[in-house]
Amino acid sequence: MKIKPKVGVVSCSGECCSLGTLSRVATRFVLEDLRYDQTVTICLPLFLAGETQEHGFAKEHPTIAVDGCGKLCAKKAITKYSNKPAAGVDVEALLKEWGVDPPKNRRILDSVELGEARRLAELLAAKVDEIQEAD
Amino acid sequence: MKKPILILPCSGIGKPFGSIARDATFRVCDELRLGKADTLCLSLLVMGDEEARNRVASSQCIVVDGCPMACSRNNVDRSAGNIVTEFKVMDLLRENRGFKPREVTFLDEDGEKLSKILADKIAAKIDELMEESE
Repeated sequence: MKIKPKVGVVSCSGECCSLGTLSRVATRFVLEDLRYDQTVTICLPLFLAGETQEHGFAKEHPTIAVDGCGKLCAKKAITKYSNKPAAGVDVEALLKEWGVDPPKNRRILDSVELGEARRLAELLAAKVDEIQEAD
Repeated sequence: MKKPILILPCSGIGKPFGSIARDATFRVCDELRLGKADTLCLSLLVMGDEEARNRVASSQCIVVDGCPMACSRNNVDRSAGNIVTEFKVMDLLRENRGFKPREVTFLDEDGEKLSKILADKIAAKIDELMEESE
C-alpha cells in the first residue's frame, strides 16, 4: 500500500484585515478536525524567511495556499521557494462569489462568520481529498 | 495627529503562542489604542511589498514574537524596520507561570488572560513612546 504524503495547508494569516483571520480559522478547522491525520502546516513568515529546511516544506508536501486577499502572499511564496501549490484559494474572491461580506472584526468571528469559516474549511478538506486521490 | 505605532505579531499558526501575539495586537489596535496603533501583514512585508517596507522603515515598530524563531523581529529587521520594542510570549509565560495556554484556533481561558496582560503591556509601551515623542 502506498503511503500518501500529508497535504500542507498554508494560510496567510494576514493581520491587515479580517480575511486573514477567516483564512487562519478555516485552516485550523482542517488541521485539527476535518483532516487531522492528513494535513500539516507551517507559519507563512517562517516559511518565507526560513532556510532550506523550511523552504523544503512544499517540496515534501503537496500544498494548498489559503490567501485572505488578492495579494496572494501564500501562493506566491510557495511558488517562489518550492513548487507551484497543488491548489489555492483566494478567500476575498471566494466570498464575493458566495455573496458574503468579510467578517466585521479581525479578532473575534461571530456565529455566522464561524459558519463561513466552516464552509471554507470544508472546501479545503475537499481539496485535500482531491490531492490525495490524484497522488 | 501623530503617526500610529506599528505592531507586528508573528501570528504563528502551530502553537498557542502565535495566537496570543496576534490576539493581543488586535486588542491594542482595535480597542485599547485605536488610532494610536496599527498593524500590517508580516507576510506581505517579507514578500518585499514596497508600501509595507516603507511603512516599517518610517514608523516606530513593536514586534511581538510567539516562539524563539523570532519571525517578526527577524523579518522587520531584514526590511530595515525601525524596531523600538520587542515582546516575547515566552517571556510572558515565564512571568506568569500559572498559565498553561493550549488552544490555537480560539484561545482558552489562560490564553485569553495572557493576551490581555500582553495587550496591556503593549498599550503602556505605546503611551510611553507617544509621550517621549511629544
